[in-house]
Amino acid sequence: MTHFDAATAAVQAALDAGARYADARVMHRRYEAMSARNGDIEELSQSEDAGIGVRALVGSGWGFYAVPDLSDAAARAAGGRAAKTAAASARVPGPAADLVPVGAGAGSWASACQIDPLAVPLSDKGDLLVHATKTMREHGADVAEGLYQIWDTEKWFVSSEGHRIDQHIRECGAGISSTAIGEGEVQRRSYPAHRGQYGTSGWELVQELDIGAHAARVADESRALLTAPLCPAGETTLILGGEQMALQIHESVGHAIELDRILGWEAAFAGTSWLDLDQLGSLHYGSELMNITIDPTIPGALGSFGFDDEGTPAARRDAVREGRWVGVLAGRDSATVAGLDYAGSVRADGWSRLPMVRMTNVGLEPGPHTLAEIVAATDDGIFMETNRSWSIDDRRLNFQFGTEIAYEIRNGRQGRMLRNPTYTGIGPVFWRSMDMLSSESIAWGTPNCGKGQPGQIGHTGHPAAPARFQNVRVGVRG
Amino acid sequence: MEDIARRVLEMVGPGVEAEVFVGHTALALTRFANSFIHQNVADATTSVRLRLHADGRTASGSTTVTTDEGLAGLVRRTRDAARLLPPDPGWPGLAPPAPLAGEGNWDQATAQAAPDARADRVRAFVDAAGGLETAGYCRTMHAAGAFANSAGQSVSGRTAEVAMDAIVRVGGADGLARLASGRLSEVDGAVLGARAAAKARASTGAVELPPGRYEVVLEAPAVADLLQNFALYGFNGKSYNERRSFAEPGAEQFDKAITLADDTLGPTGLGLPFDAEGTPKRRVTLVSSGVTEAVAHDRRTAAEAGGAESTGHAVPGGGTFGATPASMRLEPGPVTGEPVELGAVVDPAAAPLVAAVERGLLVTDLWYTRVLDPKSLVVTGLTRNGVWLIEDGEITTPVRNFRFTQSYPQALAPGAVLGVGAEVTTVPDGWGAAWRTAPAIHLASWNFTGGASG
Repeated sequence: MTHFDAATAAVQAALDAGARYADARVMHRRYEAMSARNGDIEELSQSEDAGIGVRALVGSGWGFYAVPDLSDAAARAAGGRAAKTAAASARVPGPAADLVPVGAGAGSWASACQIDPLAVPLSDKGDLLVHATKTMREHGADVAEGLYQIWDTEKWFVSSEGHRIDQHIRECGAGISSTAIGEGEVQRRSYPAHRGQYGTSGWELVQELDIGAHAARVADESRALLTAPLCPAGETTLILGGEQMALQIHESVGHAIELDRILGWEAAFAGTSWLDLDQLGSLHYGSELMNITIDPTIPGALGSFGFDDEGTPAARRDAVREGRWVGVLAGRDSATVAGLDYAGSVRADGWSRLPMVRMTNVGLEPGPHTLAEIVAATDDGIFMETNRSWSIDDRRLNFQFGTEIAYEIRNGRQGRMLRNPTYTGIGPVFWRSMDMLSSESIAWGTPNCGKGQPGQIGHTGHPAAPARFQNVRVGVRG
Repeated sequence: MEDIARRVLEMVGPGVEAEVFVGHTALALTRFANSFIHQNVADATTSVRLRLHADGRTASGSTTVTTDEGLAGLVRRTRDAARLLPPDPGWPGLAPPAPLAGEGNWDQATAQAAPDARADRVRAFVDAAGGLETAGYCRTMHAAGAFANSAGQSVSGRTAEVAMDAIVRVGGADGLARLASGRLSEVDGAVLGARAAAKARASTGAVELPPGRYEVVLEAPAVADLLQNFALYGFNGKSYNERRSFAEPGAEQFDKAITLADDTLGPTGLGLPFDAEGTPKRRVTLVSSGVTEAVAHDRRTAAEAGGAESTGHAVPGGGTFGATPASMRLEPGPVTGEPVELGAVVDPAAAPLVAAVERGLLVTDLWYTRVLDPKSLVVTGLTRNGVWLIEDGEITTPVRNFRFTQSYPQALAPGAVLGVGAEVTTVPDGWGAAWRTAPAIHLASWNFTGGASG
């Protein structure tokens, strides 16, 4: 019995139990992660999971059921349970649910991978982390940490509309961080980002990161931060590095344009959105430099795929064009409710979770400048880079970010290092103040996006480049 | 499950220190928004986790494939990994045989709750909101697990949970009801819906107040956020060993009114009666009348601390993050004076505290809290689901949400706690992995650093 057979059996069982639409995903995922601390391997985790998740639509109610058993009997039982669960939804019914049409049929896709990360010897991978953390320790790190993670996911999707799609997605990445401990606080520096950089890529991505070459610098910087002056408080011109820009996009644009949030489907937990569908196409979200795309087709970016988990083929779409809000992240049912004709942004964290609206690659198109030009054009400001903390309200308006490090900018030159930098603002006010944007774009990967109940972890990508913002409040402290 | 654990140990063979955990979790969650059920999910998952120590090297692995072939693959991968890894000089050894200290919470009706039982509670919540918009979830979960290691420890247990967490919305204002329990019969959708609706109605027309330091009464959902961050960063044995935690056992770090414990086996505990290393759970007092007494340890962090013992807080994958309490409980204060009635906005448990405030804020919930500095545990976040101005002991005005930036230990420092409520509420966390139990608390100062408009 093939995995397609199991999915087909589950879909048929759901239809037999009264569903008017059903789909099923068989997923098999292998995960490997290794962490090192202070020159020693700290932990190696290897896991394998496989199962089937079935989604059924009965009347206007959805039901979902998942089991880790891929036998014919288990698949059929799961289909029946999904339909039964959907029927229970009728006790508190909603409006009729329909699905925006997508082309049904067969498909197959695999992410590009030059070096299979699971085939790289553990000893080689361990040596990489041990060397980097040992170097950081030698350069004064109180706690030197290194980490890599690998996901190897195969999916088989079948729907009652005739979808029959298989995908093989390999993702990996790595990072290091140095923590220096002072009397009353700790300081951290990371490379290339806190928790590392990730993509739909083979081990070649980790090789390109060359984490060992940056170990001494991040350790030195973490120690220097302990005695650096505090980031001053007040309003100033703010320049953000590309990695921090990626999180700024993720939190204050990516989540805000999720259609399920806009429709109130996440109101009690993740929250809603300040965006109103009546303003789609007209709202002034940011400055004219702001061009945000939803693009799961970017080779190597962490949010890339061939088809989403509803079988919609990957396609690029504008979310913000020259500062104007023009697009959302949508699924087939939410698009219908909103009166839109596109979907394509629905994914699930594994076979045991319901597919839901998720970011793919939500990124900022590059601008005309370089970071050096932006700094040179700034008389008085602060440059912040590498995220340390993030917090934003449930409508995705009021945010406060902390970064690991900052530098004064005076008369077009980078000056003193500053510790404990933070900045705060309101999303559209902040984005409208963006007046310079670099061309030095990198597709940063975020492997830890939490959403949904039960909780799901999503992998998202964010092309981003350094940018400058005016009149930003910085230096918020407890 | 015990059989699977034994089979895996047999596959590992002699001469290797090995531990196996077999867990089965059945989770069902009925989610509603815009006053209808829009997501209704369930899954039943069995997983097997193996950790072994061979020739001085340690490796672990897990699988959901429980066929003979799947289990053999798990053993093979884990043994292969151990051969390739460097020596592990800090291996603390396996947990010795030890009896369980209790069974933990179990309720058959909760474990077997059908989709209709959850939908009925949602129906009752929606109806009690009187036509106002509602959103939230009703969740039931049961878990069973069997642990065995090659040192002879063999334990098993089970636990069940029901949780309801929902809001009522009106005019841009939200009112909250949040409750976790071990018994389905204790979660009444109508009661929770009525409470949330009353709070939502009282939140309309909120005004914006200037940021600054305010005296506050935090209700249980807000206090739960303090407990969560204390659990993750403050009383985490690994953070303590690495001097990244504020905790100093023996030091008077909190107000005398504060007594904190972790108690999985008590009536407000969630989880199996043993940890990921097979160490039996027991009540651990972390703070006693303001004095920090202990931090949570697994076997490795206990060994690294020198002279400490595991407190039964090992978690899967904890080698990286450390040992963390999952059933934190802030003990209630004494009952003082006559019951106070302050209307629907204030939970009865918080009413006496509100009555003692001359000018301050009542805060229902905290949201999206993130740590700026783990050692001082300075946290930024926002208020959510209802804030009100208190004047002369009365609720006078709904207030728009604030951003805050506050050191949590400082907020509870000696002299900073003006009152602790006499009744506790148990609330679930958003991930179904922990319960936090707390009374409302009255604090001298909370640092609000921004308003809703920036």
